Amino acid sequence: MILSFLFLTGVTGLMVLGIGRWLGEKGSIFFTLGGVWLTFFWNFFYLFPKALEKKVFLLEGPVWFQANGLEVRWTFCLDSLTILMLVVIVGISSLVHTYSIDYMKGDPHLPRFLAYLSLFTFFMTLLVSSANFLQLFVGWEGVGLCSYLLINFWFTRKQANKSGLKAMVVNRVGDIGLMLAFCLIYWKYKSLDFSVIFLMTPYMEGIPFWFGFTYLEVVAFLLLVGAVGKSAQLGLHMWLPDAMEGPTPVSALIHAATMVTAGVFLVVRCSALFESVPSVLRLVALLGGLTAFFAASTGLFQNDFKKVIAYSTCSQLGYMFLACGLSSYDGAMFHLFTHAFFKALLFLGAGGVIHSFLDEQDLRKMGGLSHYLPFTYTSIFIGSISLMGFPFLAGFYSKEWILEVVASQSFDPFYLFLYGLGVLSAFFTSFYSIRLIYLAFLSLPRSNQVYYRSVHEVPFFMGIPFFLLMICSISVGYLFKDLLIGLGTDFWNYSIHINYTNYRGVEAEFLPYWMKLIPLFFALSGAFVSYLIQSPLSMYFLFWLKEKGYGLVLFLNQKWFFDSIVNYVVRFHLKEGYSSTFKALDRGAFEWFGPTGLSRLVYWFSEKVTMLQSGYLYHYLGGMLFGVVGLIFFSLFSADESFLLVGLMVWVLWISIEER
Amino acid sequence: MRTEIFLLIASILSIGLGGLTLFRTNLLLVLMGMEFLFFGINLNFAIYSISLDDLMGQLFFLYILTVAGAESGVGLAILVSYYRLRGEIWLDLINKLKG
Repeated sequence: MILSFLFLTGVTGLMVLGIGRWLGEKGSIFFTLGGVWLTFFWNFFYLFPKALEKKVFLLEGPVWFQANGLEVRWTFCLDSLTILMLVVIVGISSLVHTYSIDYMKGDPHLPRFLAYLSLFTFFMTLLVSSANFLQLFVGWEGVGLCSYLLINFWFTRKQANKSGLKAMVVNRVGDIGLMLAFCLIYWKYKSLDFSVIFLMTPYMEGIPFWFGFTYLEVVAFLLLVGAVGKSAQLGLHMWLPDAMEGPTPVSALIHAATMVTAGVFLVVRCSALFESVPSVLRLVALLGGLTAFFAASTGLFQNDFKKVIAYSTCSQLGYMFLACGLSSYDGAMFHLFTHAFFKALLFLGAGGVIHSFLDEQDLRKMGGLSHYLPFTYTSIFIGSISLMGFPFLAGFYSKEWILEVVASQSFDPFYLFLYGLGVLSAFFTSFYSIRLIYLAFLSLPRSNQVYYRSVHEVPFFMGIPFFLLMICSISVGYLFKDLLIGLGTDFWNYSIHINYTNYRGVEAEFLPYWMKLIPLFFALSGAFVSYLIQSPLSMYFLFWLKEKGYGLVLFLNQKWFFDSIVNYVVRFHLKEGYSSTFKALDRGAFEWFGPTGLSRLVYWFSEKVTMLQSGYLYHYLGGMLFGVVGLIFFSLFSADESFLLVGLMVWVLWISIEER
Repeated sequence: MRTEIFLLIASILSIGLGGLTLFRTNLLLVLMGMEFLFFGINLNFAIYSISLDDLMGQLFFLYILTVAGAESGVGLAILVSYYRLRGEIWLDLINKLKG
């Protein structure tokens, strides 16, 4: 029963992918939406109460494979962490499915689109519900595949192709790290089950490994590399903004709410392992803080509507990593939870604007849309202020909590630095959110009349997700704060493990009041400054921009030149890898001695053999003669000699044919 | 005596075989090579029937002779009809046996 609901989206997705062409638009909508909504209702009304009752499901399936002592089973572990993720994933997914009905209306590939979305939901379900690393990896790669297919959905566009490939290639780096981590884990633990690994971790502390690093440090670092790749943290973040080439519902579902949080989920899931390696935890925190700051500052002067939100996603993921690095896994999960709602709302709102505005995405060519799209404007506004951390909305509780946890450690200069980064990121977040709203909705219209003629408010099925997500973005922080991060909450029920020396909840709770107000102050002042330089002081701002700030703005607009630097550095290594492993080995030696060489050999040999059938009488007679002589040899001499003689004869015959 | 006879038979057989495989000018020559083969074998049978004092060899001689006569008749008939059809019995042009 439980498994059938876990697999329902996969079944409908595969079905529609296979026979969607015959099901047609209505049929595929019926099956995929039915599957995903049923799964959501079941998750929300059956599994979620079970999580509240502190029940854990452990479903042991059949053996997947068995190799010399390693036995991998299909095991599903549904604890409160998984169930919370399931509710978020399938909830957002069902809303996005509904949204896609109208967004992709008239697209000839609608069944394929919905099927990919459903398959993505299935793989994400597999990822979060697995109880061993390899099964998690199946889901991990599956969502990567679906992400590629969906970025590349309009596959005739070159930019979409390039972005899809980029996402795939950058994610490979992280996946290599993850694979190496699995290998190392199996090396010492002799198992890949979570239950074994997390129980045995305290006994693995202090085993020396390479260059003075301990075994656990290396394992945790490699797991972190995998998480960084999937969650687009600094260094491997380049694919996420480019992934915005895909359709907007995809950006909402995959590149904002669910798939990119898989890295955070991995770190939270492996909390028992990460807790034993304080050095890697500091690295996680540093990476998170830097990513939050980098992405928020890059988002300041982006001109693409979706890229601003994409960098915002990157920045919020940085916050989640920061929380993980401070052992506040519950804070990270809470931020993941609230972020999923308001970021999905923002992306769906962006989709609504783009949909009605003749697919124009450039912020500089919009303006004045609040009069035409009041509902979309409201939804983006609510999403934005929730993202900024406006008091008592969803983002407020989670982001404030993370920053409070960091602030509670600010006696350490390292964490003080991270706190500064986090607060500045909050400032930047408000800045770009208000800039986005101002440029798109509040300023004077700056585009052609043609665009404004086509503007229309969102259709019915696009409106429903807006409405529900708006309610969630407003209320979900207040409703779930005490459940998820309240002091001493037992919701998590051992699904995440925090070392008692690392638990910072109490200190964060009893911070001085003025310290708790610092992030809020920065967020509000960011919004205020942004509004000032957009509207009343815009002339001064433009003057400053032209005279002094040009370099800075270019630097931020070009994403800190990250892509160029990476291109410059990686190009030579890629060339080397291309010419050695790919060209010389994969397409060279293995190909030559493998499939291509074999097929060519068969072709060449058959060509020679067909030359035997020349049609000339004397050739046939010669063949008969040689056959008879061969038979005589066999009857007279031993087998070896006969083979030799017959081979000799065949060779002579061969030569005579060759000469022709 | 036996060696000479054996050599004679062997040379007749080789002439037949060589005629079969190496002649490329005329279908008639191929037929003649075939006759050579037959008669080499026939001679073999006859001589060994005398030397082994076994009547079976001579019986086979007669039998093969009959078959060879019939066969060469058929072969010549094919040759004649082929000549009527193509106006040519040059072996290099008989290459339609590819199927």
